Amino acid sequence: MADKLITNARDLTNSEYFYGHRACAGCGGSLALRLAMKVLGPRSLVALPANCMSAVSFLYPQISFSSNSMITPFAATGAVLSGIEAGARALGLKDYHVVGFAGDGGTADIGIQALSGAIDRGDRVIYICYDNEAYMNTGIQKSGLTPYGSRTTTSPAGKNLPGATRMKKNMFEIVAAHDIAYAATASIGYPEDYLKKISKAAQCESTSYVHVLAPCATGWGFPIEQTVQMGKEAVDCGLWYLAEFEEGEFRLNRNPGTFSPVEEYLKKQARFRHLGKEDVDVILRNRDRKWEKIRNKWSV
Amino acid sequence: MNGKKLFVSGDEAVAEAVRLTKPKVISAYPITPQTVAVERISDFVEDGSLKAEYLHVESEHSAMSAAMGAASVGARTFTATSSQGLLYMAEVLPYVSGARFPIVMMNANRTLATPWALLSDHRDSLSQLDSGWIQVYCENAQETLDMIIQAYRIAEDPKVMTPMMVNLDGFILTHTYELVELPGQAEVDDFLPPYSTENRMDLDNPKTVCYAAMNDYMEFHMKQEFDMRKAPGVIEDVDRLFGDRFGRYYDGMVEQYRCEDAEVVLLTLGSVTGTTRAVVDAMRGEGYKVGLVKMRYLRPFPREEVLKIAASVKAMGILDKDMSVGYEGIVFTNVNSTISDLDNPPKRINFIGGLGGRNISKENIRGMFRELLELAEGQEKEKIQFINVRCNYHG
Amino acid sequence: MDRPKIVEYNMPECVEDYPLGAFCAGHLVRGNAGWRVFRPVIDHDKCINCLRCFLVCPDGVIDKSGEQLEIDYDFCKGCGICAFECKVGAIRMVKEGDQADER
Repeated sequence: MADKLITNARDLTNSEYFYGHRACAGCGGSLALRLAMKVLGPRSLVALPANCMSAVSFLYPQISFSSNSMITPFAATGAVLSGIEAGARALGLKDYHVVGFAGDGGTADIGIQALSGAIDRGDRVIYICYDNEAYMNTGIQKSGLTPYGSRTTTSPAGKNLPGATRMKKNMFEIVAAHDIAYAATASIGYPEDYLKKISKAAQCESTSYVHVLAPCATGWGFPIEQTVQMGKEAVDCGLWYLAEFEEGEFRLNRNPGTFSPVEEYLKKQARFRHLGKEDVDVILRNRDRKWEKIRNKWSV
Repeated sequence: MNGKKLFVSGDEAVAEAVRLTKPKVISAYPITPQTVAVERISDFVEDGSLKAEYLHVESEHSAMSAAMGAASVGARTFTATSSQGLLYMAEVLPYVSGARFPIVMMNANRTLATPWALLSDHRDSLSQLDSGWIQVYCENAQETLDMIIQAYRIAEDPKVMTPMMVNLDGFILTHTYELVELPGQAEVDDFLPPYSTENRMDLDNPKTVCYAAMNDYMEFHMKQEFDMRKAPGVIEDVDRLFGDRFGRYYDGMVEQYRCEDAEVVLLTLGSVTGTTRAVVDAMRGEGYKVGLVKMRYLRPFPREEVLKIAASVKAMGILDKDMSVGYEGIVFTNVNSTISDLDNPPKRINFIGGLGGRNISKENIRGMFRELLELAEGQEKEKIQFINVRCNYHG
Repeated sequence: MDRPKIVEYNMPECVEDYPLGAFCAGHLVRGNAGWRVFRPVIDHDKCINCLRCFLVCPDGVIDKSGEQLEIDYDFCKGCGICAFECKVGAIRMVKEGDQADER
C-alpha cells in the first residue's frame, strides 16, 4: 500500500510486477500499466477486460503479472472490480488494492455501464483507463475516445470524410459527474505526474479513476522510440490536459502559458497526416473552446 | 429432521435457502419473476440474519460478472435471474464455467421476447445448455429450497468445481404459496462446510485466473468436460446424503414415477411434473400402464437413466416447453441423441406445450398419454404435436 | 526477486494435469530478445543516473538496484525509448550482431 506519494523514479521500487509481456516494442499502454503496478505493489488484485494489455500478458503458460490477475468480459471491468472487492471485504482480506486496467473502448463504450455502476457503488477500487484513442487490440478501429480527424480502420479518411467525425467523449467529466471521490487525467509523457496520481488513487477510500493518455506507435503511426515524447506533446499542445477532480472540485495541474503548435503534433502521426487546414481549424476551435471553459471554471 | 414449517412462495423459499447457505456475496439485478427472491435476501442482509455483501449491480451482465469477481477471490457467491436477464449475462456463463468457479444461480424460468411476455416456459435456460453449467429443474418450492442447499455442495465439490443453475418455473412456482419445511441452520452448516479452494486469487501466493489459452484451449475444455462427467456421481451421493439428513430424497439425476411396468412414459421438466403425477395416478387407477419420467438434471445429461427407461417402454413422449425454431424441442433433441444408441428405440412424440405460459391441464396430459398409447399400439402419429393451441393451424 | 526469470515449462502429459482454474502468476517461459533489431547500450561514464530510462522503459528491463544501471537483454525489445529519452545521450542503439562497445 502506498503510504506516501510516489512522485519520481528514485522513490519507485526496482521490482517489476508486469514483465515479459508481448506488447509492441515501445507500447505506451504497457508503460502505463507497468508504472501503475510498481506504485500499487504485489498485493494487488488486477482485472483487465479484453484489450491490448490482456491480450499480451495472459497467454497460458506465459503470465506477465506477478500479482493476482484475471481477464474479465469486455463490458464488465467495473462489475468484476466491485465483485472482487466485495469478496475480499467479505473474506476479511487486508492490505490490498483492487485495480482494473481498461482501454478507451472498454471504458467509454462497452464498459461505461459497469464503470458507472462501480462508481455508484463506491467500492474501494481503482479504475485506470489507458487511452490509446482507438480499439487497438482488434486492429485500430474507431472508439468513443478517437479524436476528430483520426484515420482508423473503421473511420477512413478520404474524399468525403476527414477520418473520425466526432470529438472524444469527455470521460473525465462523465466520471466526475458521478461525484466520484477522486479522478485524474494523466499522460505517460508526464510520468512523474502519473505516478503521483496513481499514489493518490491508491489512498482513496472509495472508487477512484485515472485516465492516462497512452500513445500507440502502431495505431497512431509514429516512430516507436517517440512514444513518451508524443504523450508529452499531446499535453503541451493542449489536446490533452492534466487535471484532477477531488472533493467535488476540478483542478488543472498544468496550465501552459502558450500551447506548442497543434499542427506539428498532428503531422508527426500518420493517422492525422491527411488533415487539411479546415480540419485542423476544427480541432483548434474545439481545443480553445474547451480551454476557455477550463480556465474559467476550474481552479488553476 | 423436523425443521420449521413455513408457508412461502417459491421466490421466498429461494431466499430462505440462500440465507441458510451463507454466501459471502450476493449480486442481484431485478427481473420479473425473480424479484421477490432478491428482495427478501436484501431484507435478510439488512436485518443482519444474512451476513453478506449485497451488490446492487446495474445489469444482469454485471450481476454475473460481479459474482465472478467475488468467486475469483474464493467467496461463496449467489445470484439470480430469468429470461432476458439470463440471455444478457449469457456471455459470462461460459466465462464462469471455464474458470471453474462454483457460483450458484437461481433462474426463474420465463419465456423469451418477442413477442414480449412474462409467463413461464423453458426457452431461457434451455438456450444455455451449452454454457458448461450444471442445470437442475425443480418441481415445487420445497425441492427448489432443497436444491439451493445441495447445489453448493455439488458445485463446490473439488472433483466438480462447476457452477450450477437451479431452475424453477416463473409465476407457477415463484409466485404461488406452498408449505415447506426449512432445515435448521446448524444442520445445514454441518451439511455444507464453508467454501475453501485453491482456485482463487491469493494475496500470499499470487495466481492468475480467467487467462487466455490459445495453444492449449482444447485440453482445457476437455478437462472441463471430464470433470463434468464426475458430477453425476457427486449428484447421486449428495442426494442420498441430503435425504439421510433431512428426510427428502429426490432420486438423483432422474426420478421415475410408476415406470416399472409402464408401456408408455412422459418426460417432463419442472412444475408440470406435479400435474403429470396426478394424471398418472388417475390413469393407473383406470388400468393404463403409464409412467412419468421427471428429468431433474439436463446437464450433465442423464444418459444411463434415459437409455434404461427407453429400452423398457414402447413409446416415449417428451414434453418441451420450448421450441428450437426450425427443428424441434430441445429436450427432445437431447433425448433422441441418447436413444439413438439403442438397436430398437421406442417410438417417440415431441409435445410442444406451455409456450409463453400457456396452461397444460390434466386433460392435456391425458391427451398426451392417449396419443402415446395409440402410438404404442401401432397407430401413425405426428412426430411434433402442439398442445392447447387457441385456434386452428396448418403447420 | 526483482524481475521474473524465464523458467522451464513442462507441458502437462495428460489432460487431467492441466490447471483447474488458477495458475501461478509471474510465470515466463520465453523472452522477447528475438524481437530486437537494435539493442541499447549504456555508456556508464556518460550516465548521470537520473533514472529516466528506468522510468520510461515500457518493458521494465532496466535494473537500478546495482552500482550501474543494467539491462535485462532477455526481455528488451529494442524499442529505443531509453536512448531517445536519455538527456545526456548516454545510450546508443547498436545493431544486433555488430560489435557493441560495452563501456
